[in-house]
Amino acid sequence: MSAHTHDHEHHHAHEPGFVRKYIFSTDHKWIGIQYGVTALAFLFFGFCLVMLMRWQLAYPGKAFPIAFINHLLGEARMPGGVMAPEFYNQLGAMHGTIMVFLGVVPLAVGAFGNYLVPLQVGAQDMAFPKLNMSSYWVYFVGGVVMLGAFFVPGGAAQSGWTSYAPLSNITVPGGAEFLSRILTGQTMWLLGMVFLITSSLLGSVNIIVTIVQLRAKGLTWMRLPFFIWAQLVTSFLLVLAFPPLEAAGVMQLMDRLFGSSFFLPSGLVISGKELAVSGGGSALLWQHLFWFLAHPEVYVLILPALGIVGEVIANNTRKPLWGYKSLVYAAIFLGFMSFVVWAHHMFLTGMGTTINAFFQTTTMIISVPSIVILTALILSLWGGSIRFTVPMLFALAFLPMFGIGGLTGLPLGLATSDIHLHDTYYVIGHFHYVVAPGTLFALFAGIYFWFPKASGRKLNETLGKIHFWVSLIAINGVFMPMFIQGMAGVSRRLYDGGTTYLHAQDVLMLNKVMSHSAWLLGAAQLVFIVNFFWSIWAGKKAENDNPWEATTLEWATPTPPPHGNFTQIPEVYRGPYEYSVPGAKRDFTPQHLPQEV
Amino acid sequence: MSADIVIPYNDTDRPDTGLYNAKLGVWLFLASEVMLFGALFSTYILLRVGAVKWEHGADILNIPLATLNTMVLIGSSVTMVLSWAALKAKNFPRYRLCMGLTFLAGIGFLIIKTIEYKAKFEHGLSPATSTFMAIYFTMTGLHALHVIGGMIVNGYLLGPGAKMWHTEPRRFTNRIEVAGLYWHFVDLVWIFLFPTLYLLPGKGM
Amino acid sequence: MSADHHPEAIKKQVSLYWKVFGALTIGTIITVAIANVHLGILLGIAVALVVALVKGSLVAGYFMHLFHEVKWIYGVLLLTAVFFVVLIALVMWTTADQQGRHSGTFAVPQRHVEPHHATEAAEAH
Repeated sequence: MSAHTHDHEHHHAHEPGFVRKYIFSTDHKWIGIQYGVTALAFLFFGFCLVMLMRWQLAYPGKAFPIAFINHLLGEARMPGGVMAPEFYNQLGAMHGTIMVFLGVVPLAVGAFGNYLVPLQVGAQDMAFPKLNMSSYWVYFVGGVVMLGAFFVPGGAAQSGWTSYAPLSNITVPGGAEFLSRILTGQTMWLLGMVFLITSSLLGSVNIIVTIVQLRAKGLTWMRLPFFIWAQLVTSFLLVLAFPPLEAAGVMQLMDRLFGSSFFLPSGLVISGKELAVSGGGSALLWQHLFWFLAHPEVYVLILPALGIVGEVIANNTRKPLWGYKSLVYAAIFLGFMSFVVWAHHMFLTGMGTTINAFFQTTTMIISVPSIVILTALILSLWGGSIRFTVPMLFALAFLPMFGIGGLTGLPLGLATSDIHLHDTYYVIGHFHYVVAPGTLFALFAGIYFWFPKASGRKLNETLGKIHFWVSLIAINGVFMPMFIQGMAGVSRRLYDGGTTYLHAQDVLMLNKVMSHSAWLLGAAQLVFIVNFFWSIWAGKKAENDNPWEATTLEWATPTPPPHGNFTQIPEVYRGPYEYSVPGAKRDFTPQHLPQEV
Repeated sequence: MSADIVIPYNDTDRPDTGLYNAKLGVWLFLASEVMLFGALFSTYILLRVGAVKWEHGADILNIPLATLNTMVLIGSSVTMVLSWAALKAKNFPRYRLCMGLTFLAGIGFLIIKTIEYKAKFEHGLSPATSTFMAIYFTMTGLHALHVIGGMIVNGYLLGPGAKMWHTEPRRFTNRIEVAGLYWHFVDLVWIFLFPTLYLLPGKGM
Repeated sequence: MSADHHPEAIKKQVSLYWKVFGALTIGTIITVAIANVHLGILLGIAVALVVALVKGSLVAGYFMHLFHEVKWIYGVLLLTAVFFVVLIALVMWTTADQQGRHSGTFAVPQRHVEPHHATEAAEAH
C-alpha cells in the first residue's frame, strides 16, 4: 500500500523536501497517484479475500491446499486448513466493504477525479490543496482501521457489507470493559466507515468547487468533457447521500458502545434469552439509512466509469461523442433519481403494496437515463475509424458488460420477481456485472489511457491485450453462472455453497466453474501488475505530450505535468470532442488552440 | 505549496458565479451537515411514531439550563457576525473583542452542557435508559462535537491565524465569514434541537 | 454580498444584527412559554416547529446572508432541501405503509417481538 513512498526514497535532495513532495504532498496529481496505488492495492487485497472464499465454495470442507497460507491465517481461522464459518463471514463482509469503499470509489473519484479534474478544467491545482491532502490521509487511516479489524479478538466484521441490524449490533459485542467493545470487528468497521465517509465528503466538496470555480477562460458548461460532468454529479451524490450513513454509523456505535437501542426492537430474543436492553428501536431504520447512501453509491461507482468510457471512445473512434447534451442531461437526471429508489432493496421487509409500487416505478424510470447513456455511447461507435488500442478494448467490453448488469437489474427492481430472486446469487451476479466487468473495466481503460500522461511511458500493448482477453473470458466465467444458480434459488450467503440444499444440487457443479474462473482472473491481474511496474521504468516512451492525439486540456501539458500543470494558463475555444472536423488538416482539434493548425 | 501556484478566487469573487472558493466549499459542507442532522431528525420521528411510550423532555431534562444555553449560542452568533462586520470596517481590535466573546460563549455553552450531562448520569439516565434518552445524548453529543470543532477554528482565527489580516486582509475577512457560516449553522441546529428534545410533549407516559 | 461596504452601511448592518438578536430572544421566550401551555400533542408540535422555523430563517437569512445570496448557493440549498424532504418523507411513508398493513392504523404500538421480523433480518445476511 505504501509502495509509492518506497519507490522514491532516492529523491531526498529535491526542493520541497521528500516528505512534502511524496508523503504529505498538496499536488493534486501526486495525491491522485497516492489514491490510485492505494486503491489498487486494496482492490487486489479484496479480490484475494474472495479467491479464498471461492475455495470453500468449490470444495466445501476440504483443506485449503496452500499450507503457507493456512499457516499465515492460523488455526483459529482455518482449523486444520478448513475455513471456519465465522472466517467465511468475515471474508464476505470485508470483501464487499473493501471493494466498494476502499477500492472502487477511491480509484474512480479519489484517483481519477483528483488527477484529471484540475487538468481537464485547465486549473493549476484543486481549489483547496491542503484539504485534498487531508482527504487522502483520512482515507488512509480509515483503511488501516478497517484492516486492523482482522487482528482484534473475534476477527473482522461478519454481518455482510450492509451491516444489517440487529445482527450487526449483537455480533461479537465485546466484554464489559469499554476498550474491549471498541476492539471488535463491527465497531472497527463503523469507525473505519466514519473516516472513509469524512474523506469522501472532503474530496467531493473539493471536486465540486474546483469544477465550478476554477474552469479556464472559455470553458463553458457545454464545453466540459463528459468525464467532468460525471465527476460533478458523482460528487454531489457523495455530499448529500453519505451523511445519513454517517449518522446511522454513529447510532450503531452508540448501540454497541453505550448500550442504546436505536436498532434493537423491544423483546429481542437471542439463544432463548431476552436481550437486556431498553428496546424500542427499529432494525429497518438501519436499512433505510444504509440504502439511502448505498443506492446512490451504485451511481457513484458507475458514473465516473461512464465518464472514462466516453473519453476513451471519443478518442479512439476519432469522432465526437454522439448526443453529448443527452449524455449530460441523462447523467444529471440519473443522479437526481438515484435518491428516490433505495427501498427496492427492501421489498421483502414487509412494505405495503403502495410503497412497493412507488419504488418499483422510480426504479423503472431510473433505467431510462442509464439506457440513454449506453445508447449514446454505442451510437458513438457508428461510422468511426476505430483504433483498437488496449484502453479502447476495455471501453468496448464495458458496453455489453454494463448492459448485462443493467438489464438483469430490472427483474430485481420489480417487487414480484424480486420475491423469488432476492438475496440469491442472481443479485450477486447482477451487481458484479455492473461493478466488475463494468466499472472496473472502465477504470482499467482509464489507467491504460492516462498512464502515458502520468508516467511519460505507455503500458506494454501485448501484455495489455493478454490482460484484457483473459480477464474478459474469466470474469464472465465467474459471474454468468451466478444468474443460473440464483434463478435456481441458491442463497447468496451460504457457507457451503448450497451443498446441503436439495434445490441446489443441479447447479452445484457451477461452483467449481466460477471458482476456477476467479483464480484465472486473479492470474490475469498478475500480468497487469507486472506490466504496471515494468512500464513505469522500462515501458515505451510516449512519443510526445499528446500520444493519443486527443483534444482535451490534460494533453496540453508537459509530460508528466509539473507542479502547477500548465506552462501557460490555457484558454478554451471549442467543445471537448472536435475530432475529424471537415476541412481540418488533422483529425483532431485541441480545445486550447484558437484556430485550425 | 510552492509560491508559483496561485489558486484564483481565494479572496475575490469569480465574476460568473459571484462566489469565492471557500464560500461555495463551506455551503456544500453545510449541505452535507443538513443531511447528517436530517437523518437524525428522521430517526427521531420514526422511533417516536413507533413508540408506545415517549418521555416528555420537560419532565427529565433541565429546561432553564437549556434556555440559557440557547441564549448563549444565539449571543455567540451575534458576536460572530459582528466580528466579521468589524473586519469589514477595518477595525481589527474590535474583531478581536467580538471573536474572543464568541470563543468564550462556546466555552460557556460546553460548561453548561457538561453540568446537564453530569446531572443526567447522577440520576442514572444514560443512552441505555430509553430510545428518547439515546437520541437525546446522540443529538446533543454530536452537536457539542460541532461546537468544539467550531471553537477550534475560531481559536485558530483568533490566535495564530489572525496574522493573515496583515498580509491578506480580504482573504482573512472571507475566512471569518466562512467560519461564521459554520458557527451560525451550529446555532441553527440547536434552535431545532431545543424544542424537539426539551419541549415537545411526550406520549403514553 | 458586495465586496466592500461603506462605513454607513456597516453601521446599519450592525444595528440590524442587534434587532435580529432581539427577535431571537423573544422567539426563545415564546417557545418556552408555549411549552408550558398544554396545547395537545399535534398543536404543540406544530407551534414549536413554526417558532423554530421562524427563528431558523432569521439566523439563516440575516446572519448567514441567505436573503442576499447568489444563485449557486440557492441551487445547492434547494437540492439539499429536496433530498432532506425525500429522506424524511419517504422513510415515514414506507413505515406508515408497513405498519398500516400489519394492524390497520398508523400509530400502532411499536413492533414488539415480531418473530418473523427477527428471522427476516437474520436471513438478509
